[in-house]
Amino acid sequence: MTDVAAANDMFTARKRKSLPAEMNAFLGLVVLILIFEALGWSLMGQSFLFNKLRLSIMITQVAVVGILAVGVTQVIISGGIDLSGGSIIGATSMIAMSFAQSSVFPRAIYIEQGWVDLPIVIPIAIGLGVALICGIINGVLVAYVKLPSFIATLGMMVTARGVALWYTEGKPISFPTDGFKAIGEGLMPVWIFITVAVLFWLILRYTLYGKHTYAIGSNEAAARMSGINVERHLFLVYVIAALLAGLAALVLTARSQTAQAMFGTTNELDAIAMAVIGGVSLAGGRGSILGTAIGMLIFGVIFSGFIFLSVDAYYQNMVKGAIIVGAVALDQWRQKRQAMEI
Amino acid sequence: MSDVILKTEGLTKYYGGLHALDNANFELRSGEHVAIMGDNGAGKSTFVRQITGVEQRTRGKIIFNGQEVHFKGPLEAREAGIETVFQNLALADDLDVPSNLFLGREKIWLNLGPFSILDFKGMKAATEAALKRTAVKIPNLANTIRNMSGGQRQCVAIARTATFASKLIIMDEPTAALGVQETAQVENIIRTLKSNGEPVILISHNMRQVFDLVDRIVVFRRGRIVANLKKSQTTGEEVVAYITGAKTAPEFSDAA
Repeated sequence: MTDVAAANDMFTARKRKSLPAEMNAFLGLVVLILIFEALGWSLMGQSFLFNKLRLSIMITQVAVVGILAVGVTQVIISGGIDLSGGSIIGATSMIAMSFAQSSVFPRAIYIEQGWVDLPIVIPIAIGLGVALICGIINGVLVAYVKLPSFIATLGMMVTARGVALWYTEGKPISFPTDGFKAIGEGLMPVWIFITVAVLFWLILRYTLYGKHTYAIGSNEAAARMSGINVERHLFLVYVIAALLAGLAALVLTARSQTAQAMFGTTNELDAIAMAVIGGVSLAGGRGSILGTAIGMLIFGVIFSGFIFLSVDAYYQNMVKGAIIVGAVALDQWRQKRQAMEI
Repeated sequence: MSDVILKTEGLTKYYGGLHALDNANFELRSGEHVAIMGDNGAGKSTFVRQITGVEQRTRGKIIFNGQEVHFKGPLEAREAGIETVFQNLALADDLDVPSNLFLGREKIWLNLGPFSILDFKGMKAATEAALKRTAVKIPNLANTIRNMSGGQRQCVAIARTATFASKLIIMDEPTAALGVQETAQVENIIRTLKSNGEPVILISHNMRQVFDLVDRIVVFRRGRIVANLKKSQTTGEEVVAYITGAKTAPEFSDAA
């Protein structure tokens, strides 16, 4: 039995510690804030971070995409991708807003039918219903028809945008009721984001849903062999992602007090970027809502930092692009280094 | 006989015109460890796939635990008490040890349908008990499978089967990809299962391992069973002769 004892010793010697993936993103966030803080004092003569107004604008600015990113994060963890979120925001905004108009506006879309000044549950329910339909189509195509998620959601991205444009032939819809406006007033978008983020952080960490999402993203064949109903689970993942896109649309529409067919354009890419910067692996199986939230804050800091320094918005995208690539390169380098330690 | 766990009668599987498995009569008693040997393509894995419901047999009977069974899939076989360690492990790399052990049959703390809250404490405790029972030592259960050696992974896979198998464990080349020390670790688990009286079917190419671990050796050749040998009454040379076709046992002479 000595050989066995030796084998056991070898196993204990392999004990190793690992740094959570969110740590890199958090350090990146801190570094960015320090850079803007230093630039703020030297160029503008004031603090970047310690300004209540700037902070609240910064957070509300990214909260809408943040809600979308929570849904996208769980799709990516399950091993897929969702490109349709931005377009679902567009379609949901338009249709929901048309049922949220006030009778103050004489050219409200459904004024002849008398569908104005409706209680806010109606536009909310209709908006989420639109998102639900999109999610069901995504879910069926990915889970049961077995289309690659990239293709299925690309199709939805194009189709939902088409619906958004078709609905009013591209004209914006405005003048919501005060009740509807309240969804987006003040820090409401931030509270909604925090609620959604904490809820899904808990769900992914502590529930069967979360465990199976990670398992499928990690090894779909193993998950299937273990008796997990992979099809039903993936269906649910895409439906939830679409519903969160719908929620983001409601918040955005209420905050803007208008709906435009091009709402949400490229938001799906921002959401994916937030997740990736936060350490969510595009290969599936790894990442967390916490990481995505940090990624979201990085986007917020860049956004308001550039405005704060009155730097041209064009530079913003250049820096964002570099950060996305840099974050993934850093993550891969870190993983390789870890693999060599084993 | 009442202590027969598994019995097949005339088990046959054709893939189109290919007779992958032909008229296999096999028997396993409770507590017995049996090795299945044979060259590549001899029908070993086909035989296992019929028993575990991964494939549907062309004809023949499978009697498990005294009842004739028709498993529609591996899940049904597993529910009936047959656990298989597959060659490709079937572990989720990004999950930790308890999550892998309980994958697909998690312990629930609060039932909320798909959003049921997991019983992490219970799963951890049960994992520790299972690892103890199989004499597997893994220092950090919270570590993900990705960060483990091949031997540790295989140990987790075997511990999983041993945790849930109520009646029969099948291992398809469990040490094929492992180093010397890791192989020793896995073999130690199999010995532990033996002393616990849990029946095992072991598919292996490793003659030394087979003679170390099992009671009986069944040899497959070209889709047929050509020998059924008690370990105490045979030698490595004889088994090789059966595998290569130099020899066929008299009771299976029609199979040659």
